[in-house]
Amino acid sequence: MKTNKILNISNDLRWQIGEGFHDKLTEGIYSDAATISQNSVRKKGDKKRFRFDRSLDKIVTSKIWGFPIMILILSIVLWLTIIGANYPSGLLADLLIGQVYPWLKSIGESLGFSWWLSGFLFDGVYLALAWVIAVMLPPMAIFFPLFTLLEDFGYLPRVAFNLDHLLKKSGAHGKQALTMSMGFGCNAAGVIATRIIDSPRERLIAIITNNFSLCNGRWPTQILIASIFIGALVPENFAGAVSTLAVISIALLGIFFTFMVSLFLSKTMLKGEVSSFTLELPPYRPPRFWKTIYTSLIDRTLIVLWRACVFAAPAGAVIWLISNVGIGDSNIANWLIVHLDGFGLLIGLNGVILLAYIVAIPANEIVIPTILMLTVMSAAITGVGSGNGVMFELESVSATGDILKAGGWTLLTAINLMLFSLLHNPCSTTIYTIYKETKSVKWTTVASILPIILGFIVCFLVAQVWRILM
Amino acid sequence: MKKAVNSACEGCDLNQASNLKKLGINIDNNNYVVALAGNPNTGKSTVFNALTGLRQHTGNWPGKTVTRAEGGYSYNEKKYKLVDLPGTYSLLSTSQDEEVARNFILFGKPDVTIIVVDASRLERNLNLVLQILEITDKAVLCLNLMDEAKRLDIEIDDRTLARDLGIPVVPTSARSKEGIPELLNTVHQVATGEIKCKPHRIKNVPKNINNAIEKLSLEIQETYPNVPNSRWIALRLLDGDERIIEAVKTGEFISE
Repeated sequence: MKTNKILNISNDLRWQIGEGFHDKLTEGIYSDAATISQNSVRKKGDKKRFRFDRSLDKIVTSKIWGFPIMILILSIVLWLTIIGANYPSGLLADLLIGQVYPWLKSIGESLGFSWWLSGFLFDGVYLALAWVIAVMLPPMAIFFPLFTLLEDFGYLPRVAFNLDHLLKKSGAHGKQALTMSMGFGCNAAGVIATRIIDSPRERLIAIITNNFSLCNGRWPTQILIASIFIGALVPENFAGAVSTLAVISIALLGIFFTFMVSLFLSKTMLKGEVSSFTLELPPYRPPRFWKTIYTSLIDRTLIVLWRACVFAAPAGAVIWLISNVGIGDSNIANWLIVHLDGFGLLIGLNGVILLAYIVAIPANEIVIPTILMLTVMSAAITGVGSGNGVMFELESVSATGDILKAGGWTLLTAINLMLFSLLHNPCSTTIYTIYKETKSVKWTTVASILPIILGFIVCFLVAQVWRILM
Repeated sequence: MKKAVNSACEGCDLNQASNLKKLGINIDNNNYVVALAGNPNTGKSTVFNALTGLRQHTGNWPGKTVTRAEGGYSYNEKKYKLVDLPGTYSLLSTSQDEEVARNFILFGKPDVTIIVVDASRLERNLNLVLQILEITDKAVLCLNLMDEAKRLDIEIDDRTLARDLGIPVVPTSARSKEGIPELLNTVHQVATGEIKCKPHRIKNVPKNINNAIEKLSLEIQETYPNVPNSRWIALRLLDGDERIIEAVKTGEFISE
């Protein structure tokens, strides 16, 4: 065998050379590189820009100011998103649901559609799509460009630098800060991004904990519930600021859970050494403003929106079906809600919310519309909505609040929904991505089940404390 | 002002880049395969987008590209498939993103490898360049981020650099598309064999190691005469790289 001969020779030679081959080779490469660059590179003059980068880095990565600045920047981005998305959302809802929806219904009528066909198509599929577009498009169109601008400027590696210390203490890899940041956009993207982590142990930790980064499908839920229930606790002038604060607390709580779960995993299932790595802080680069806006709108916003629509359409159909197909004298949805209610109330939620989360496994974006529709149906509120299994948008945020309160919601339900929205299983796309990345049923199961167990525990505890105190 | 001049140039017949057709993801029936390699955060994806017209997401942080992206362009009536590899600092370790890059250059046998480097951090970037030059003969150095180097008052003598490395060097600022026409032309010349490269080989290694490399490399050449990178394979075998040992056993790199 010729190939064996090669391998034998290489084994013999390896013995002859002795240890340190790798190091000597690396040294050789470095010294060659130094010689070559000395021959052709000339540095001159002072390096003002470099100094600017250095002094900016001193502030944004300082031990005292690093975290406050991070939270401040996150707050500004969120606040702009919350304030800015309100108006276009209303406009879109008015157009798609106020104008186009009745028009579609009338077309269906003139074509002689039967009630179930028109219900299935327009009340189910179309309304689900319309809701997703009205609710998701405006915040994404603001959030993503802002985030991309920060990314182009070079802020993300500084965030990683700030968090590295804490992550290392939790037994995780410092680069997890980067994948975590990606998760704030989309968890599936965050899971794919973990490929930058070399060690399989730390990579698994990063994959499992990525779900604790609020993804953009969950931001609207947080923002809406915070505005209805928590913003309403204070005078109107402060409502925006207080809602922002509430949402930020949830996001920070997510980061806290990332650390805690990483620590837990690295002490139990995924024991091992923390590996070190070099993190290059790239120079700050002025973002090309318009180009960034354009690409983040086209590439990120529209792609995520498209995904949401693809999942929302069949989900809308399912909601309509379970609300209109009967078991005995009730329909499937009602039957499920009644059976889930006991457990739901125990953990400070209710049957409607649990059912909504089951229906919305494909996409977190449709949780709120599903909850509204199911609440109206099960509480048999009259005067709103247009029938069983019809998703709708109410003209104002306070009207949405009225529905929910009529459905038996309290401040506790709202807080626990925000917590549960943070702590529940990843969406089906993310679960599938985790499987593709880990190729392991076991770790995919852990990553899917662990957050929801945590969610049950946290909601249960909050409910018990609340009931004792209130 | 500068922008306007640039765009006028792009439309001019005398401009070499006017022979460029961005083909997006249409990469069937290509004549040449071109790989894009380099350190993280040197602008590989920006170069990729400039050539293919695709909008692969770019961002200012290391490690953004973790899989390889493919796109195409046609230039001077030849079709090129361009493969954007994950950024790596070296090819000597075994993380997943490094392996993607390394395996493609080694087993994918690209016709040309464009090595994108950050002009303001040349010395550090050269470590990877020297490793890639051990693997492949046909390479072009894309000295990117020249605008940034200028701001830092760094001057680079690209002709000396080209002579030392033994491959063509093209200064670019891919963000503003400066130097892209020259890059296209140089890649074309290397692909068609108009330019012959004589890449630098790692020199500063102790004699006994060098001898060992030579000996093993000769042996590999005898067994597999068509292998272009016997020295690299020898290097990796001596380092005990499992993946390469496996490849030698199966004869993977001569199979095509």
